[in-house]
Amino acid sequence: MDFTLLLDKTILIVIIFIISLGIAAYATYGERKVAAWLQDRVGPDRAGPFGLLQPIADGVKMFLKEEIIPNTSNRVLFIIAPAIFMITALMTSAIIPWGKSFYINGREFSLQVANLNVGMLYIFAMVSIGGYGIMIGGWASNNKFSLMGALRSSSQMISYELSLGMSLIALLLMSNSLNLRDIVDMQKYGHWNVIYQPLGFLIFIVCAFAECGRAPFDLAESESELIGGFHTEYSSMKLGLYLFAEYIHMFISSALISTLYFGGYHFPFIDSLNLSPNIAAAVSVGVLFAKIFFFMFFFMWVRWTLPRFRFDQLMKLGWQIFIPLSILNILITGAWITFFEK
Amino acid sequence: MQSLTNRSKVVVKRELSFVESLYLPAVFQGMFITIKHLFKKPATIKYPEEKRPIAPVYRGMHVLKRDEQGRENCTACGLCAVACPAEAITIDAAERKIGEEHLYREEKYAAKYEINMLRCIYCGLCEEACPKDAVYLTDRIVPPAFTRGNFIFGKDVLVEGTTPSERVNVDKRKKKYNMDVNL
Repeated sequence: MDFTLLLDKTILIVIIFIISLGIAAYATYGERKVAAWLQDRVGPDRAGPFGLLQPIADGVKMFLKEEIIPNTSNRVLFIIAPAIFMITALMTSAIIPWGKSFYINGREFSLQVANLNVGMLYIFAMVSIGGYGIMIGGWASNNKFSLMGALRSSSQMISYELSLGMSLIALLLMSNSLNLRDIVDMQKYGHWNVIYQPLGFLIFIVCAFAECGRAPFDLAESESELIGGFHTEYSSMKLGLYLFAEYIHMFISSALISTLYFGGYHFPFIDSLNLSPNIAAAVSVGVLFAKIFFFMFFFMWVRWTLPRFRFDQLMKLGWQIFIPLSILNILITGAWITFFEK
Repeated sequence: MQSLTNRSKVVVKRELSFVESLYLPAVFQGMFITIKHLFKKPATIKYPEEKRPIAPVYRGMHVLKRDEQGRENCTACGLCAVACPAEAITIDAAERKIGEEHLYREEKYAAKYEINMLRCIYCGLCEEACPKDAVYLTDRIVPPAFTRGNFIFGKDVLVEGTTPSERVNVDKRKKKYNMDVNL
């Protein structure tokens, strides 16, 4: 590996890191604004123009809060847990192709940190490890509510990861590749996967909601039953990390949904514009982010529409409906490919 | 039983059908409802900048009036304190000294006139009891404070100023009062 490549990747990682954090911060603002709009309210508008400084005020508040670590907790794990949750949330962004490559002085700058050929498996690995952040945090708190939240979260993740994986297997059958860039390039010219895999998309997006622990699947932190769920005992910036990581999860999930099912950075007819490579690359990044923002809005829209599921409903939905549906989806896709696309 | 409106629905408890158990039709229905609200005007009134129009008969914070020459009308008769059902008004009377004629209209005046704004129920009986046109309820809103003690308003807050800009207009209340008397 030569030095310039290392430098390129480092710069890209730092940029993606900053963008992820910035988007997570402003997603909290967006969440509150969207909630307000959907409920005929105004939302935060006091801090700065249109309340745009609100996330900064919230961040400062989080930092200045008293840091409480319960005496009966397992200190080491208690401190490690939010870090694990945050790190895994951020690490998932490494394999997402953010756009076409830039060409500067004849050298190619790829907008993907790691072009893994097992990209999809990497996502699953990261999402599963992220579950440990919640589980360890809930267990280390030594609080029954935290433990209940952690238990719920882990059983929810296991249930939904299955159908999430199987909805992606159908996608895999079509693309013949686990590499995310291949999957994106397969969707050029408007051949978006959502058109060929509507059922798979539906299963994927519902499971993505469940994996992110967002309403209507936010049973892990259901405040009306479990106080704060797994983060009941957390305070100050550790709580901030948990809340922040939730939004990063949302951002990465939106990026994944756009990449896997909505053509990633491709946009129909973009090639007919005959743009120079660098401008086309910039446009492609813009297109991907537009899609991501739409899905983040969608996440919020759903959250402020639906009430939380009961836990038995959640389990029933996961095991009795989505798993059979995803198996059916694999069968249909497989049959289609075997008999019609030969 | 005959229903009062046509809006009541008979609830039937039954197992969900497969499509319903996916929750999706209900989800889409709900999302359609919320997205409609996205385009509605917010119901919020941004309070300090924007104020809700209040009724002409609104009874808010009290004012102690002065006459045209800037003398306090109140003669400390105590009728308002007696009339007050919440016992919110406390008055200490004092005799007007020579040389104070420009300050007080009558020979007796209120040295202390306190209204406990937390006890007050804003019924307006003090205003009705007042024979000297001294106390009125206005359309001003009692400002917030951090302690209970700060809600006991003395003469420094209640008495209106002498300059024209500091005068408090109570014509709306006067009209209502006079009408009652004429009846």
